[in-house]
Amino acid sequence: MIEQIQQPWPWYVAGVLIGLIIPALLILGNKTFGISSNLRHVCAACFPANIPFFKYDWKKEIWNFFFVGGIFFGALLATQFLSSGAPIEVSPALQSELAKYGLNTYSSQLPPELFSFESLFTLRGFIIMVLGGFLVGFGTRYAGGCTSGHAIMGLSNLQWPSLVATICFMAGGFFMANIILPWILSL
Amino acid sequence: MNNEKVQNIDSNTACVNASEQQHPAWYNLKYAAVGIIFGIVFVKAEIISWFRIQEMFRLQSFHMFGVIGTAVFVGAISVFLIKKLKVKTIHGEEIKIADKEFNKGQIYGGLLFGFGWALTGACPGPLFAHIGAGFYAVLVVILSAVVGTWTYGYFKDKLPH
Repeated sequence: MIEQIQQPWPWYVAGVLIGLIIPALLILGNKTFGISSNLRHVCAACFPANIPFFKYDWKKEIWNFFFVGGIFFGALLATQFLSSGAPIEVSPALQSELAKYGLNTYSSQLPPELFSFESLFTLRGFIIMVLGGFLVGFGTRYAGGCTSGHAIMGLSNLQWPSLVATICFMAGGFFMANIILPWILSL
Repeated sequence: MNNEKVQNIDSNTACVNASEQQHPAWYNLKYAAVGIIFGIVFVKAEIISWFRIQEMFRLQSFHMFGVIGTAVFVGAISVFLIKKLKVKTIHGEEIKIADKEFNKGQIYGGLLFGFGWALTGACPGPLFAHIGAGFYAVLVVILSAVVGTWTYGYFKDKLPH
């Protein structure tokens, strides 16, 4: 049993568990699933700067901080106690592409060549971490939600604006990953 | 009254606190419990992996499509049943889910988030899981995402919606 848990979990197990978060949050207290709002609540709590968009009672949304706090601890538990430490498997096509850019460490879920404090001082590391993070924060709020709020919660509730958003997330991702990212990685 | 105000300002965002009830702060631990399960799934199903996201956007693996597709399927059945059977919360409140209103932000913002998703290999949820999994450099990504959110708030009225 524990050996099975230590292996990477298949998509259908993950998908069912994530899908069940929607009714769990609704039934536990009428909360709709969505994570990017936390970034807004942080702004509202720490530096509202008199901007109307950040002037609301963020304390009412404090449940969501507990939720992401749980995500943090869950990830910690899974990494410390439920992982086998085996290198992760990556599609051969992706491996050969990444090798061209000097990325060939598969010991953890993020390539250390890109995601480290040292990498911040390289041009490609800076673009990927700092510009990438900025676009995640700016884009999700502009779109009114992220993968959880739109793609999973919104689609589950049959909201067509969420379908538009999800299609654009995917289109943006395909364009970046296939057209722009190879150029950034070669910097 | 405050809740109404949030909803007004918040009309184009995903998360609206629909509950009218007041509870002691420790009641929020139930959401932490759900979060812990979510965090474990994030790590164990490699949803936080930059490589899995790159595979998804290159159509080199079915994994992420399977995860998101199954989650939507299970979520949709759950929402359908909750509405059909008029399920109430554990505190006896009627369950309400706010509709999403369309605006052009879902297109422009959606594309921009897509760019960021492919670069960082993460949407906001996995970013928090990365810290728990020991990738402390990702704190920089989160900080940058907060700055991005703030910048959106600052320019909101000048942007096309």
